[in-house]
Amino acid sequence: MTEKKKGWKEIPIGGKITEAGSAVKYKTGDWRTFKPVRNEEKCNNCLFCWIYCPDSSIFVKDGKVTGIDYDHCKGCGICARVCPKKCIDMEKE
Amino acid sequence: MSKILALTGDQAAAEAMRQINPDVVAAYPITPQTEIVMNFAQFVADGRVDTEMIPVESEHSAMSACVGASASGVRAMTATSANGLALMWEVVYIAASNRLPIVMPVVNRALSAPINIHCDHSDSMGARDAGWIQVYCENPQEVYDLIIMAIRIAEHKDILLPVMVCQDGFIISHGVERVRIYEDRMVRNFVGEYRGQNVLLDMDNPVTYGPLDLQDYYFEHKRQQSLAVSNARVLIPDIVKEYEKISGKNYGFIEEYKTEDAELAVVSLGSTAGTAKALVDILREQGRKVGSVKIRFFRPFPAEEIAQCLSKFKAIAVLDRSESFSSHGGPLFNEVRSVLLESEKRPVIINYIYGLGGRDIGMEQLESVFNDLKEMAEKGLNKDKFINYLGVRE
Repeated sequence: MTEKKKGWKEIPIGGKITEAGSAVKYKTGDWRTFKPVRNEEKCNNCLFCWIYCPDSSIFVKDGKVTGIDYDHCKGCGICARVCPKKCIDMEKE
Repeated sequence: MSKILALTGDQAAAEAMRQINPDVVAAYPITPQTEIVMNFAQFVADGRVDTEMIPVESEHSAMSACVGASASGVRAMTATSANGLALMWEVVYIAASNRLPIVMPVVNRALSAPINIHCDHSDSMGARDAGWIQVYCENPQEVYDLIIMAIRIAEHKDILLPVMVCQDGFIISHGVERVRIYEDRMVRNFVGEYRGQNVLLDMDNPVTYGPLDLQDYYFEHKRQQSLAVSNARVLIPDIVKEYEKISGKNYGFIEEYKTEDAELAVVSLGSTAGTAKALVDILREQGRKVGSVKIRFFRPFPAEEIAQCLSKFKAIAVLDRSESFSSHGGPLFNEVRSVLLESEKRPVIINYIYGLGGRDIGMEQLESVFNDLKEMAEKGLNKDKFINYLGVRE
């Protein structure tokens, strides 16, 4: 988060964001206190975590969970709560 | 080509809106603004405008609908008074902060409590820091002309700010006067067509309005708003000149009346400036060197013009039709007085809070103001008469 921020003459007026999908550039991972850690062996890829994650931070490929986007996961713990297999632990950062 | 009609201030506002033919009008009626909405709704019902009229359930919704419409890229207008303006408060700020050029006639009325439907400026003066441009009209003619000009000011690409066009409730809004109306074609040519930039309904260029803006960028966006108001200071005279070419009327930031050799002057907003002019005429016949100064644009605040104009007098009285409850005078007084600090020559300057809740201001009262000024021009500031309440019963 050390990138140089733009000055008031360089940004769109009115707080408008003129670039679609730019939220991905806004890294919110450092807000986290607890980090979700998935036990791959216990996971049956039901994708509940992917459906419930409010920050779209569960990576999925070909119907399988491939990892967690720690750049954007805020550590809310919803994935761990909804997981039927209890395969996600919230560990202190 | 033009014609003269007998119109109230509210009718003049509705007539200007008819000619502007905005894409969206979202409004909720409130005394004394009601006749604007009523007359405009009639124009919609009669098919005389192409406007999508949204009869909302509150002023909060009226301004919200205007924000949505304007953000979608079309021209949106509304109108309100007093408690209605208070109810739309948070969205009034959002309109300015999102840089949406919404034009809103405000028919000035006292705020509750106790409940009162008559004129004072407490409603719009409370909104003076909301980031809107504010114009105060003296009569229905100014209401008509300034609403038309406001569209151009609001939508200028280097301004993009909403504008309140204020008129005194009942005194102007319900008083019939001669109003010169221009041809529809002329007005439509003057205002032109509005095409918003970075608008919500541009599917090829998606844009987000109103995202979270924290410590990292909020200040930068406020700095941009400050620049926009400063730009308005520079650009409004061009729009004034352009309107003068077609109307013959020059609506500068301030208007001086018989001030050339005047030693004493009153400074006011709105209809009171008309009363002051009538009194100045009478006092001039008696050989008294008096004048009147009307401040037409309160936002942006025309500091240089005011300082230059007022520094020539010996004593001036600033008339405030609202009380800011600071124990140090009204809002107009404090802003006017502060610009004089830079002047080499400073007149004695005193404040009169008057006309709250529609209390009439008569010539006798204004004459007493000039008498106070005369005394202070000779003897210096009388500290007992620094902040005064004109027309209140002891």
